[in-house]
Amino acid sequence: MPYLYSYYGNPSGSHSVSRQARDAVEDARQRMALHLGCDPGELIFTSGGTESDNLAIMGVAKSRPGKVLCSAFEHRGVLAPCGEVGATLINIDHNGLVDMEHLKSLLDGEVSLVSVMLVNNEVGTVQPISAIAEMIKTYAPQAVLHTDAVQAAAWMDVASVTSDVGMISVSGHKVGGPKGVGALVIRDGTPYAPLLRGGSHERSRRPGTHNVAGIVGMAAAFDAAAKVRGLEHRRVLELRDYFWELLSTIPGIHETAPDRSTKVPGILSVYFDSLDQQDLLVLLDEQGVCASGGSACSSGAIQPSHVLIAMGYSVTESRGAVRFSLGHTTTREEVVHAADVVRSAVAQLRGDLR
Amino acid sequence: MRVLVAMSGGVDSSVAAALLLDMGHEVTGVTLRLWGGESDSGCCSVADVDDARRVARTLGIVHHVIDDSELFMDRVVMPYIRAHAEGITPNPCIECNRHIKFGSLLERAHRLGYDAIATGHYAKVERIDDGSYILLRGNDPLKDQSYVLSSLTQDQLRSLLLPLGGMHKSEVREKAALLGLSTASKPDSLDVCFINSREGRGNFLAKYTDLHEGEIVDSSTGHTIGRVDAVELITPGQRKGLGLSGGRRYALSVDIAARKVIVGSAGQAYEAGLQLRDITWTTQGRGDEYLDGMKVLVQTSAHGKVRNAIYRDGLVIYDQPERLVSPGQTVAFYSYDFPDMVLGSGIAERGISAEETERQFRQLGSSVDVSSMDIKPIDISFIDVSSIGAQ
Repeated sequence: MPYLYSYYGNPSGSHSVSRQARDAVEDARQRMALHLGCDPGELIFTSGGTESDNLAIMGVAKSRPGKVLCSAFEHRGVLAPCGEVGATLINIDHNGLVDMEHLKSLLDGEVSLVSVMLVNNEVGTVQPISAIAEMIKTYAPQAVLHTDAVQAAAWMDVASVTSDVGMISVSGHKVGGPKGVGALVIRDGTPYAPLLRGGSHERSRRPGTHNVAGIVGMAAAFDAAAKVRGLEHRRVLELRDYFWELLSTIPGIHETAPDRSTKVPGILSVYFDSLDQQDLLVLLDEQGVCASGGSACSSGAIQPSHVLIAMGYSVTESRGAVRFSLGHTTTREEVVHAADVVRSAVAQLRGDLR
Repeated sequence: MRVLVAMSGGVDSSVAAALLLDMGHEVTGVTLRLWGGESDSGCCSVADVDDARRVARTLGIVHHVIDDSELFMDRVVMPYIRAHAEGITPNPCIECNRHIKFGSLLERAHRLGYDAIATGHYAKVERIDDGSYILLRGNDPLKDQSYVLSSLTQDQLRSLLLPLGGMHKSEVREKAALLGLSTASKPDSLDVCFINSREGRGNFLAKYTDLHEGEIVDSSTGHTIGRVDAVELITPGQRKGLGLSGGRRYALSVDIAARKVIVGSAGQAYEAGLQLRDITWTTQGRGDEYLDGMKVLVQTSAHGKVRNAIYRDGLVIYDQPERLVSPGQTVAFYSYDFPDMVLGSGIAERGISAEETERQFRQLGSSVDVSSMDIKPIDISFIDVSSIGAQ
């Protein structure tokens, strides 16, 4: 907050008020670099995960044209620009993990960029990013590996698994920080051409005046998340398992990608037999339980999830899918309440009540 | 009552929501997302979802967005395309009302525990003495939308509120302005919502189906007197767009298989009656058997002329020849004695000539001479005319 009021300077200016703002941004950059395992000079600030993803994909594609690969269940922030540069999709298996054999078959000397997310935002599966980096080193050493770590940052020490990853996207709000701010790691030597033009901010890689308060807030959130990560991971994991225990007795409920060992604790993705997710979400919303269907499109309506489709679920199954997010504010009471609400909503929709 | 109001973001449904609140109902707004493509008619584009949301926020009501685009494609858009490929001109708004708004949305509302749905249509639903429901024209003759609701049945009317039926458009706009609704001066929506005017009907259809060049053939001489780019885009009764010089020529019929448009004079573009299909009855107990051989009023377009006719087993016979109605158009029946009341509707299958009319009647085993047909009076004592007929 002080960076909105007292230290209101433009970090690119030259007087003392600007200096305070610049110091704050550079301090935040150092701390973020620590969390993401890069040199401070390799990290640029952006407006969020989607921008980071776009800059990474388009930036590499523009600088080094070639074959682009991305996993079939990436966030739209990656899928859309990848679609624009004619990317090939890497198959996902039924457990929500990248099909390594398929990836291997796609790697060759023509590949310039591979983008695979660290944690999927709808089902929570953690991708074997180190093994992917290893494979790329062997079969397409010229290719840049980008990972969208937006969903991972709250639950994992990103730096510990991304030392061989060329580009990393993160956002502030997914670790409990402010919305509308993010960062992108571009390791030195990565072929990259900026999309925005006009100033020399961020060494011309991303010109534009800094969102000082947002950047400082994001760094603080990453610090806080790192401090409690171990405890929170365990606490939320127990909550999630308890939540599933409560839900699992609802007839016709299934957990998607049921192998827990490959998932972060913050997401429980389920689907119900012969149920319209839109109906369920309306009833949950009216009872104060916030859940999501596939992915929210700009109008707020729910489209069948491309993630579940990529994992081999049928359109009908994906229509009955609902995703619950658990975080640092979630309590045991809330989980019990949510399970009750879900149970009675499902009963109402199945005509067991009224 | 718990009411789910369908909000398009336009002024009518916005005011409908406000009026329902005034009446003391528990109101929730819902906007249907039906079409992913481009649209400029102000009916179901993404921008309107934002408008509806703003209105809901102003009114302080909960608002949901429901995606029904797949069903819309299946029940409205594809049938529209297939019909054109067969030389039929359908009315997609009526199919949308039948299958989406008063079909899947109504079913959903019941599942979600709502007592009724409401829309901003200009028409009235009234409960009458015998416990059944009737559908009436809206009070504003320029805005009356009873025609596009004429396919509704008792089951649908029972759970439907139409708060704007008693109002004029100007009153609705005033109410919107009074409430400070951002949609107060929005233009009315027009045309088919899934076709944008820049693209046009021809380009839209060409994306989904083959369009065929064809000959224009004079009905009296049998000579080819011109060509059209796409026979699928020609509608019987049409005069403009045929590219013919000289005297007024009308498209009389379209033969898609032979790639021919048959044209004739204005005098030939008339028919004695219509064979209908897919007839539905709005009013309980006043359907086929009741109406058999009775006088009805028919309307063949949204704000078209009302014609006198006799109904008999899927046929309507006009009291005098009328301009051609394109196959596929909805024909709404209104009560002859109580002209504001919708009786039901059917879809025009084909026009029939005077001779055929008589033959059809004979085949039906009727000895009645159409020209001197005995018209039975309709019993309207069940309606309290003083309470609802006041305009």
